[in-house]
Amino acid sequence: MANVLDVENLDVTFALHQSEVKAVSNLNFSLAQGETLAVVGESGSGKSQAFLSIMGLLAKNGRASGRATMGDVNLIGLPPERLDRYRGKDIAMIFQDPMTSLNPSLRVRTQLAEVLVKHQGFDEDKATRSVIEMLERVGIPEPARRSAAYPHELSGGMRQRVMIAMALLCRPKILIADEPTTALDVTVQAQMLDLFRNLTNDFGTALVLITHDLGVVAGVADRMMVMYAGRSVEKGTVDELFYDPRHPYTLGLLTSTPHVEERSRRLNPITGSPPNVEHLPRGCSFHPRCAFRFERCFAEVPPLREVTPGRSKACHYEEKLVFEEKGAA
Amino acid sequence: MTTELLRIDNLSKSFALRAGGLFSRPLTLRALQDISFSVNRGETLGIVGESGCGKSTLGRCILQLLKPDEGRVVWMGTDLMKVPDEEMRKRRKDLQIIFQDPLASLNPRMTVGEIVADPLKTLMPELTAVQRKQRVMEIMEAVGLQPEMINRYPHEFSGGQAQRIGIARALITEPKLIVCDEPVSALDVSIQAQILNLLSELKDQFGLTLIFISHNLSVVRHVSDRILVLYLGRMVELASGDELYDDPKHPYTKGLLTAVPIPDPKRARQRRIDTLTGEIPSPINPPSGCTFRTRCRYATERCAEIRPPLETVSAGRLVACIRWQEIDNMPGMEPSPAA
Repeated sequence: MANVLDVENLDVTFALHQSEVKAVSNLNFSLAQGETLAVVGESGSGKSQAFLSIMGLLAKNGRASGRATMGDVNLIGLPPERLDRYRGKDIAMIFQDPMTSLNPSLRVRTQLAEVLVKHQGFDEDKATRSVIEMLERVGIPEPARRSAAYPHELSGGMRQRVMIAMALLCRPKILIADEPTTALDVTVQAQMLDLFRNLTNDFGTALVLITHDLGVVAGVADRMMVMYAGRSVEKGTVDELFYDPRHPYTLGLLTSTPHVEERSRRLNPITGSPPNVEHLPRGCSFHPRCAFRFERCFAEVPPLREVTPGRSKACHYEEKLVFEEKGAA
Repeated sequence: MTTELLRIDNLSKSFALRAGGLFSRPLTLRALQDISFSVNRGETLGIVGESGCGKSTLGRCILQLLKPDEGRVVWMGTDLMKVPDEEMRKRRKDLQIIFQDPLASLNPRMTVGEIVADPLKTLMPELTAVQRKQRVMEIMEAVGLQPEMINRYPHEFSGGQAQRIGIARALITEPKLIVCDEPVSALDVSIQAQILNLLSELKDQFGLTLIFISHNLSVVRHVSDRILVLYLGRMVELASGDELYDDPKHPYTKGLLTAVPIPDPKRARQRRIDTLTGEIPSPINPPSGCTFRTRCRYATERCAEIRPPLETVSAGRLVACIRWQEIDNMPGMEPSPAA
């Protein structure tokens, strides 16, 4: 299937007082039409910054280089006025806390209709009708009445639905969702994940799901990319990475995650903490926490390379990862 | 033989909220109503529920950080509600708490050594400075902090290390019970697992009893012997971890379990999607009768009329649903949480 986004050699750096810090290094991936790609990582992994840079939403001291090609346009480095032709129309992004992304002083329908007036040239009436229709499709009961509400009058789950509706109004090719369910209660999260599953089918939208929650990934995504300290360390289908992880960090995330179905299994955490991106270790950034490290890992950054078609990892260790139960009782 | 360490009888707590207008009557938020359960020595009792269910308020009421309006909190035979403040302070040696946000709960102007030693000054004033330091070193080692960290300040630590400091501070008085209020929710996955393992090791090492409050059912399942489910300030179900997860009786528990994401793609795909509809109503104006009825597919008119009493399912197992037996016998309608 055709790719809707190709990212090549994406770097994101931030200027600090006297130095520079690299938040994303040499990121490469593509996104196919209608697929769901999960981007998984812990705090400081660069997962959000990578996509903010594609959207042209980096903080003032941030700078991106490389390519993010959508159709025949490279989004990286486009001036804001040119980016605005695509943002909200072909590529949209939603965030963890919908309250910070909605204008508190405008009725829901007013701010949503604006998108269609601006990008599609709809008149107000037609735009409002489309808005109400979309609110209904994302599962808002009594959409006509609710559309007259102000954001603070809606619950957290409803606000997140409003955000999704706003993002989908122009039928974007790409929807980027940054931790969209993290702030929601578990029963509402389940409703939202249902919505995401249907959305890619109904609209043919490709979904990027940025998350730290492997449970969310397993239920929704087709492929996944694991990030650590600004780099992509493993990529492949969800089944490949869950059942046959090739990077020690992916393995560590899996063995750190408690399952609701089993009690007795002892968790096998990764030792240590994620590194500060200002002071990355030499060689492979993960080596201080890695149980499989050897001399080479201290000196050389492992490149991301294909292990089987469509599947790649950035790790020097070539043997199969044999998972040792640490301190199993 | 199990010994009861703590018993909560008919505990209720409400908060008065200022209403919009200057002269309007204050609104009442009933945070907890009629909560009764006991905690046995050496066990971990999990308390789960979604936002507004009252789980954190309950933890604070147990420790008398909030005064319940009604009911009793019986700690080793004494009703803590009747204990004068001065004496309660001494008893805090036995009852400690760990908070969600590790950095926010540590004084930024105190060194790690001072933070960890602080409870000793008020709670165990008989110790000499040398003895205090000795104890701080022992506890720091037990929670996995290096001795040289003793003179450093909280901002120099990562979230996981800060939570270890919080745990050390709770442990220093050798408490019998620790209330853990969302202790791993703010941490990264890999760190979460370290802290969960640490808590279970410390529990064995120090013979602790834990009350583990969380919205994360996978985490609660992992650590708890018994689990209490709350919804809008009321008890919904109380059962052993296995009973609750293998055979939930209350429709809310069933819904909650099917909503938990399973980190296993094949199982996640096979799973019957059986999502609870709607959202949690406001605790200021909860539904009449059973507060869950507005989201319950089994609700009847009677559910709006009577507040469901806690019924005994089997020894030690409680459920607050007037239809639980009927629902249990409905063939094929019971959503299995796992498959």
